[in-house]
Amino acid sequence: MNAAIRPVRTQAELGLIDVYTTSRQGLPGGSDVAAVRAAAFDHFVHSGLPHARVEAWKYTDLRRLMRDAKPLAAPPDEKAKARAQEAGGLLAGLGFRRLVIVDGAFVAELSDLAGLEAGLTVRSMAEALALDEPMLSQGLGPMVPVDDPALALNTALAGDGVVITVSAGVTIERPIHLVFVNASPVPAAMVTRSLLVIGKGARATFIETHEGRSHPDYQINTVLQLVIGDEARVDHVKVTREGSGAIHVATLLAHIGARAHFNELGFTTGGAVVRNQLFVLLSGAGTVANLRGVSLLADRQHADTTLAVDHAAPGCQSRELFKAVVDEEARSVFQGKITVRQQAQKTDAKMMTRALLLSDNAEADGKPELEIFADDVQCGHGATTGTLDDQLKFYLMARGIPEKEAEALLIQAFAAEVVEAIEHDDVREALMEAIVDWLGQRG
Amino acid sequence: MTPLLEIRDLRAEIAGRKILNGLDLRVDAGETHAIMGPNGAGKSTLSYVLAGKPGYEITGGEILFKGEDLLAMAPDERAAKGVFLAFQYPLEIPGVATVTFLRAALNAQRRKRGQEELSSPDLLKRVREIAKKLGIDPEMLRRPLNVGFSGGEKKRNETLQMALLEPLLCVLDETDSGLDIDALKIVANGVNALRSAERGMIVITHYQRLLDYIVPDIVHVLAAGRIVRTGGKELALELEATGYAQYQNEAA
Repeated sequence: MNAAIRPVRTQAELGLIDVYTTSRQGLPGGSDVAAVRAAAFDHFVHSGLPHARVEAWKYTDLRRLMRDAKPLAAPPDEKAKARAQEAGGLLAGLGFRRLVIVDGAFVAELSDLAGLEAGLTVRSMAEALALDEPMLSQGLGPMVPVDDPALALNTALAGDGVVITVSAGVTIERPIHLVFVNASPVPAAMVTRSLLVIGKGARATFIETHEGRSHPDYQINTVLQLVIGDEARVDHVKVTREGSGAIHVATLLAHIGARAHFNELGFTTGGAVVRNQLFVLLSGAGTVANLRGVSLLADRQHADTTLAVDHAAPGCQSRELFKAVVDEEARSVFQGKITVRQQAQKTDAKMMTRALLLSDNAEADGKPELEIFADDVQCGHGATTGTLDDQLKFYLMARGIPEKEAEALLIQAFAAEVVEAIEHDDVREALMEAIVDWLGQRG
Repeated sequence: MTPLLEIRDLRAEIAGRKILNGLDLRVDAGETHAIMGPNGAGKSTLSYVLAGKPGYEITGGEILFKGEDLLAMAPDERAAKGVFLAFQYPLEIPGVATVTFLRAALNAQRRKRGQEELSSPDLLKRVREIAKKLGIDPEMLRRPLNVGFSGGEKKRNETLQMALLEPLLCVLDETDSGLDIDALKIVANGVNALRSAERGMIVITHYQRLLDYIVPDIVHVLAAGRIVRTGGKELALELEATGYAQYQNEAA
């Protein structure tokens, strides 16, 4: 039917159509959800996989990078569940509330559901979808208006995830750790969708870790929807340490009310292709959003962070700092767009991206953009790409520090600037350690 | 006895420009040498070549440190052997706390010398003691290395590093530049406290002023990349009176 628009479909696109056609009956949700899925899939069929001529995907040509479509992962067997128990090790033993998603399915028996704080609810997305609640069928739709083929594909195929609500005025002290583990013994696709609804004046910290095995290859399409009420405070840290063959596409949709505080941090070290797309809508006045990320890349890894911050209300402040350390033949991409609507006077937005290239074959692409319709705002952006400073290296070596160690100190300092902003001591230290680990592997 | 440092007929250039043109210098343990000279004479080049800064091409001569070929060593090896350069312009390193840097430096040197690493509490204790003597606010030790430090604070920090690392040869490159008289006195006191029978010092300066506070045993005049005159400390006073013009002519 779309022959006129896209005469040639790739193997992956044909595969995805096949996956949807054969799986849709089994996907969770009643008729309302099914209708949302069908519309989203039509949208995907119309656009196809995103490619280099789609501006938002300019540097991450998924049509080229995704050679085939894996079948949806089977529910995890005992073996997969056993493997999942060791997952999230980076943050193990810190007493966080672990909610474990194995091969795209929420596993209650591996999750810590005991003694939920008053005002906190946790459910499986699959179960919630089956009830066809308006919150979810609507939630699958465009709460943050985004036209994106990867998101549409997720809406069409999402199987499970978590639904968490925090009631108004409630502070959840204990961080909630969403542990995504990919342990499928055969090549598979895991499509997950989670929804976090934080009530007015509530406070919570969420950590998301994604990890998996190096073989076989797998594909992740994961979406996190955050609905943050007025005066709420949310800290969200996403750690991406997928297996070396994985394609990981993640979408964050954050809808934020007035006078709220949102701290977002992405930490990426693993995966063959990683795309983190963040759509942040500041819909209420006087909100503060700190959006940060750091990628540590080697081998032939490709990691893309694409950010769209929409200042739709007056007097909001946003700070964006995205860094990448790129070694060997890896490639880092940062696209950041800040839109300031006409009504969003007194907006204060500053975006910075920095890349550190450690080899001649490493590549960093940066594309910061500002689109401003208001006339009384303070906005700025900057971008730098460079190599390690030889003068600094010499200074360290002149004090007896060997070359590799001097480099490691400088790289660590570069990456740490992002991680230092994490207020939770244990999370910050765990990620500092992860930087040191990464440097250790560099040899 | 093997000299601490022996430089023979040293020739060095950077980007094809000849800077050092047959420099000879011998420093024995326990001696403090001043090297004075006009701008562009090669003073800073000498200090960088001693420390092993990349970018300089050695086209002739040799440098022996306690009889060993210094030019064959990487900068970190030289430091571990006991060579220390106090930089004219100490660098700022954002993200690296001063104390982290000090620990990394001292322990790297100790490892290389086959000594045990110093524990963090022991190191901190030593650093605090030295900092106190140099009038360095302990809070500064937690800040990123030299970031936002004043000129005086940076030079004091260099002196602190020198005192902590206890090198055998201290090369002070224009340590007086950017210092007011009070800061100069503090830094000079710190340097003088390190003078000892087993340690040698090379004080590189354009002005005589510093030498009122760090009194040298021997003064050299460096012009056009060579030592053109050597004398006692009175030579510094003479230079202050006459200037460097005669040596520039001599070299030319």
